[in-house]
Amino acid sequence: MYRYDQYDHLIVKERVAQYRDQVRRRLADELTEEEFLPLRLQNGLYMQRHAYMLRIAVPYGMLSSPQVRMFAHIARKYDRGYGHLTTRQNIQFNWINLEQSPDILAELATVEMHAIQTSGNCIRNTTSDELAGVAADEIIDPRPYAEIIREWSTFHPEFAFLPRKFKIAISGAEQDRAATAVHDIGLHVVKNAEGEVGFRVLVGGGMGRTPIIGSVIREFLPWQHALTYLEAILRVYNQHGRRDNKYKARIKILVKALSAEEFARQVEAEWLDIKDGPATLTAEELQRIAQYFTPPPYETLPAGDAAFEAHKADNKAFANWLKRNVKAHKVSGYAAVILSVKKTGVPPGDITAAQLDFVADLADQHSFGEVRVTHEQNLVLADVKISELFAVWQAVKAQGLATPNIGLLTDIICCPGGDFCSLANAKSIPIAQAIAEKFDNLDFQHDIGDIELNISGCINACGHHHVGNIGILGVDKDGSEWYQVSIGGAQGNSTSIGKIIGPSFSAQQMPVVIERLLSVYVQQRTEEELFIDTVQRLGITPFKEFVYASPIPTGYTHGEDACVY
Amino acid sequence: MERTPVSTNIIKNRNVVADDWSVLRLNEGDSADSVSIPAGRVIVPFSVWTAQRAQLLERAEIGVWLSSDAQADVVKDDLARFSLIAVDFPKFTDGRGYSIAYNLRTRLGYNGELRAIGDVLRDQLFYMQRVGFNAFAVRADKDINDALKGLTDFSEKYQTSWDEKTPLFRRVQRQALAQD
Repeated sequence: MYRYDQYDHLIVKERVAQYRDQVRRRLADELTEEEFLPLRLQNGLYMQRHAYMLRIAVPYGMLSSPQVRMFAHIARKYDRGYGHLTTRQNIQFNWINLEQSPDILAELATVEMHAIQTSGNCIRNTTSDELAGVAADEIIDPRPYAEIIREWSTFHPEFAFLPRKFKIAISGAEQDRAATAVHDIGLHVVKNAEGEVGFRVLVGGGMGRTPIIGSVIREFLPWQHALTYLEAILRVYNQHGRRDNKYKARIKILVKALSAEEFARQVEAEWLDIKDGPATLTAEELQRIAQYFTPPPYETLPAGDAAFEAHKADNKAFANWLKRNVKAHKVSGYAAVILSVKKTGVPPGDITAAQLDFVADLADQHSFGEVRVTHEQNLVLADVKISELFAVWQAVKAQGLATPNIGLLTDIICCPGGDFCSLANAKSIPIAQAIAEKFDNLDFQHDIGDIELNISGCINACGHHHVGNIGILGVDKDGSEWYQVSIGGAQGNSTSIGKIIGPSFSAQQMPVVIERLLSVYVQQRTEEELFIDTVQRLGITPFKEFVYASPIPTGYTHGEDACVY
Repeated sequence: MERTPVSTNIIKNRNVVADDWSVLRLNEGDSADSVSIPAGRVIVPFSVWTAQRAQLLERAEIGVWLSSDAQADVVKDDLARFSLIAVDFPKFTDGRGYSIAYNLRTRLGYNGELRAIGDVLRDQLFYMQRVGFNAFAVRADKDINDALKGLTDFSEKYQTSWDEKTPLFRRVQRQALAQD
């Protein structure tokens, strides 16, 4: 993976000093809170309900084992012993003291990490495919480009105070695992007919209050022009994006108002001026960065392993785990292992210091010392020998990270919600937990098969509810917490935005709502259909009719009146 | 009409210097074509420049300021007539002024004084100088000598802008430190 050189170290070190002085000036009241707010946000520090939260950047989800150990150290020394994996492949800590935050950044810098631009109205951490470099369906490894974008976007002087936050995702495989269609900019690394590498450029996707799928504004952008083209997009947005209403300030609103064609025309006009200028990428620079992403020293191994096959045949629990949590690898004899951070009873994405240390050791022993964070809030060991899978499974199981539920009902994407976040309208973690408890039966989950259940505690959609096959959104109605349900959303190559099925529900009703949605699917599905396929074939009506056919108890015993929708 | 002496001092070319320009801002009820412009060195709003161009041309020195919703292009035919151009930051979080400055410098080739006015604070100065500002009317309630430190927060940068035409990857030989 990428390693800092003297320049990266220098810039991060100077950032720590700058931020330390900003904190000092805030504490000395030389900076007002209003003046300090955007500064701390651009360093990932949010004021939450109970304390500050610090979000640390994990560039395109890639971590080394020393970095994972540093998270464990931070969890113990500065937090309450755990961290939370986010849907932008980052990690955040929820119980941080402002006074200690510069020290945390200084410690992070020792392992080539920072919290730069993990919040605020600037270019955020670029996200990518968690299986980059190992996926069997990969066309081009997107990570060198993601690193090039990381460096370009870090402290870009012109784009630090955009109308709103700005998120870029990049994918280089047949299957889009980076949700590129719901990003401000989505990049697909592709090859043209001549075999040259470039990008398909999507702009204006997003979730939040106005979910929109991104529009392609350029089918093929030769890779050398990546940075000048991004600069052109950002310059058009910085000048013309709305600033009068924060809910209409994302680039998607501008693209929609202008039309994708007109927006593309303005970008191309802007680009003409800087195209082929000094910011044009060179083969040397691409090579410098790509060398960090060359394959690790794989052994030449047979595709199968006798002992492995025997365990798989004998041990149903192991077989279940293989089926759900182990993914195909492009190198014979290896597999990618997903560690489920979605154990029932634990908030989705929460991981303890002990688990982090364990994962770091496991990565050193079995996966070339590398770990990845997925945007579904799980972890990946990307390069595990098939012959070692059984041992890895036993070790992982003992740490509570082997729930065989990847892609299943209880692999819930969930934001921190009202338990922590001051933006939230409603709690999201207890909803996830209640659903996980109700459907904890693995046989049932395996029967339901692939399904994405996403929960956001407010319209900002950190829990990606719009693209959940079932999406749950916390809303505020007269000061109490309610949940709006949508179905039919999807991410990946056939991204779609879910449709709301009707009036919202109370927290206590939610497990039954999910049960009813699933029972319609079970009754109506054809043999090969996943939940999303059945919804797409039938539309939402049969689901809606059944969910609302009879009252659902709220859980309080106040007679019939308690049965509300 | 309100004539605000921004401060008696500004930062210019990385030094704190005395300054006697004042910024003319239209109050409610003022109109661009009738507002009276005091004698001396005045930075007028672009709307006043347009409305009173003929008489302003008679002055020995005149400055103009652009609001954050303006495009740099509006002054392209008059660049040589201004002693200075200012860009207003109504709030430091309004980042449009950065693109205005960049365009004035790179696209229009403006090489005179480019001054940031309005909500101009220490922690944004580094970015402002990178896109082309060389003068900063730091908000009057702030310590200008303290603000000066903001210009030197970083000694290296990855990407191009007005101040650095060559990206880091073309400027230096980059090499990984010894892998541990």
